[in-house]
Amino acid sequence: MGRTLFEKIWDSHLVTSSETGPSLLYVDLHLIHEVTSPQAFDGLRIGGRRVRRPDRTLATADHNVPTDPLDVPVADPISKKQLDVLEENCAEAGITLFPRGHANQGIVHVIGPELGVSQPGMIIVCGDSHTSTHGALGALAFGIGTSEVEHVLATQTIPQTKPRTLAVNVVGTTPLGVTAKDIALGVIRRLGTGGGSGYVVEYRGHAISALSMEGRLTLCNMSIEAGARAGLIGVDDVTINYLRTTPGVPQGDEFATAEKSWREFASDPDAVFDDEITIEAASLAPLMTWGTNPSQVVEVTGVVPAPVDEADTRSLEYMDLAPGTPLSQVAVDVVFIGSCTNSRIEDLRAAAAVAAGNTVASSVRALVVPGSHRVKKQAEAEGLDQVFLAAGFEWREPGCSMCLGMNPDQLTPGQRSASTSNRNFEGRQGRGGRTHLVSPAVAAATAIVGCFAIPHEVAR
Amino acid sequence: MKPVALVEGRGVPLGRSDIDTDQIIPSEWLKRVERTGFGRGLFSEWRDDPSFILNQQDFVGAAVLVANARFGTGSSREHAVWALMDYGFEAVVASSFGDIFRNNASKQGLVIVELAEADVAELRDLIEKNPRMVITIDLTRRTIEVAEVAWQREFAMSDTIRERLLNGWDDIGLTLLHEDDISTFETSYDRQHPSAAAQFSAEATS
Ligand code: SF4
Repeated sequence: MGRTLFEKIWDSHLVTSSETGPSLLYVDLHLIHEVTSPQAFDGLRIGGRRVRRPDRTLATADHNVPTDPLDVPVADPISKKQLDVLEENCAEAGITLFPRGHANQGIVHVIGPELGVSQPGMIIVCGDSHTSTHGALGALAFGIGTSEVEHVLATQTIPQTKPRTLAVNVVGTTPLGVTAKDIALGVIRRLGTGGGSGYVVEYRGHAISALSMEGRLTLCNMSIEAGARAGLIGVDDVTINYLRTTPGVPQGDEFATAEKSWREFASDPDAVFDDEITIEAASLAPLMTWGTNPSQVVEVTGVVPAPVDEADTRSLEYMDLAPGTPLSQVAVDVVFIGSCTNSRIEDLRAAAAVAAGNTVASSVRALVVPGSHRVKKQAEAEGLDQVFLAAGFEWREPGCSMCLGMNPDQLTPGQRSASTSNRNFEGRQGRGGRTHLVSPAVAAATAIVGCFAIPHEVAR
Repeated sequence: MKPVALVEGRGVPLGRSDIDTDQIIPSEWLKRVERTGFGRGLFSEWRDDPSFILNQQDFVGAAVLVANARFGTGSSREHAVWALMDYGFEAVVASSFGDIFRNNASKQGLVIVELAEADVAELRDLIEKNPRMVITIDLTRRTIEVAEVAWQREFAMSDTIRERLLNGWDDIGLTLLHEDDISTFETSYDRQHPSAAAQFSAEATS
């Protein structure tokens, strides 16, 4: 019997194996950032341990860096301290760090793929739940807590109980205007926030093969919102062609050798999954969330749904929405285009295409926060910054920004946002803030119209 | 981590479902570089409300949080576990949990008790009727009990996690018992898969 992609990666990283308890897996790449690592380094010092493989560890500052121009100092002393502590810890351990302003700095899940350090067949971990993003490259990538960060720093391994596998087949062709973000929201609507729990998800089917690498990163990013630890997509031409453009992969003749081994990392045709679901791509449309968890999803051109349980009622109340209201009549205060879900160059291109020649509604504050300095530089080379600025968007420095509101970019109580990020939990973007998750194109259209809108509705 | 075999204390019924880690400890609290002091941030967006359950006199000093479905989903922040423990909780009872939260809890000694939804609801009702009654969670027997009303349920807990809690084992220490296996694996793995990140070391430091 053939093996799934997951099984191939699992089998090739077993240091010790157990059928009933946890197995010990070797970690290829450990990504760290300022928020979930300080207590782990502290723990190492207390235990008299050292970082085993600084060369397999890579650090970036992303969660609480301000997105102001780089000559503006970090105003918040606690954020400043966290950034300083990361620098000290990395210097002490000999870990490569891309601090604020560095040409390679950016959101951890944006820089791994774009630098080419996230590669097929790897096990990648990071103290951040959206580590699932890197699974788009055929790597087993999952988020860990701070104790586990300490464990990986000390041992370069992670104990894991074998999860089950779930194939999510998205079959057929996606309608025009439906993006990877809409597929992600459609999958979470179907699975619910707990439906992926205990599973590693592999996305398959024509609609997935047809996605660009950037779209795949968006989709795998949101696997955690359905409760799954990891999302995976098998290696194909799209993966290889993407990797070829990155600086971190073997160059020249060596690339061909690497390619050959990477291509192994796809599920065999006769591989069997523990569970399987199928979604018709044709049934998808531009989607958005209406409530306070990412499975509360509705079409952008639809209406606020009637509550079906107590949790829905509570969500509607928090979001200050009445069932039956067309979303095209719901006004937003803030539009945020950014986060590890949708801040890559293709996302910015999609948003800029809608913004071009239009003007942000006077009632709306709209921010564009590129995912990394590399993305920012590329966008500027293409003139996208000018398109956004001319339309009235802010063009900011890279970081997590308003995705989680740890830096000064936050919603104020009662403000409503259209965000390309991944979580619409109560208060996620700032205390009392009301978040609606959308794709970059819908975000841009919404900024211009002032209420939720699909790009089609924006006049040229 | 301190060994834990028995949790005994009063309960707090928190009936909301889908309490994610952003709710347990909002992001403004994540800027600390210490591991302590997070108790003040626990559920901080709800604590201003005087009617919020933790603000009610009856529930001060409780040790067992009795929640609902999908507790601790979302962000990987271990700060959620630190906040619950720093506040004084020793165990959380719910019908399901976020995977990473459950893992994090097991590393810190916060006891996770998963019961059927109906049982959790029953327990919440019992506490509401009598907030002073004592709940006993026995890891050796894998039982949760309210002796006063002769209510008892068994719960599942993996042997690995139970052993670790009972003995207070440090995961890193356990793993390092396999040092020889790790070194052997690493040596052959490195040959075929040199670190991809290493090449960026020269480019680092601003
Ligand atoms: S952009 Fe948001 S989800 Fe992504 S790593 Fe940053 S905080 Fe986490």
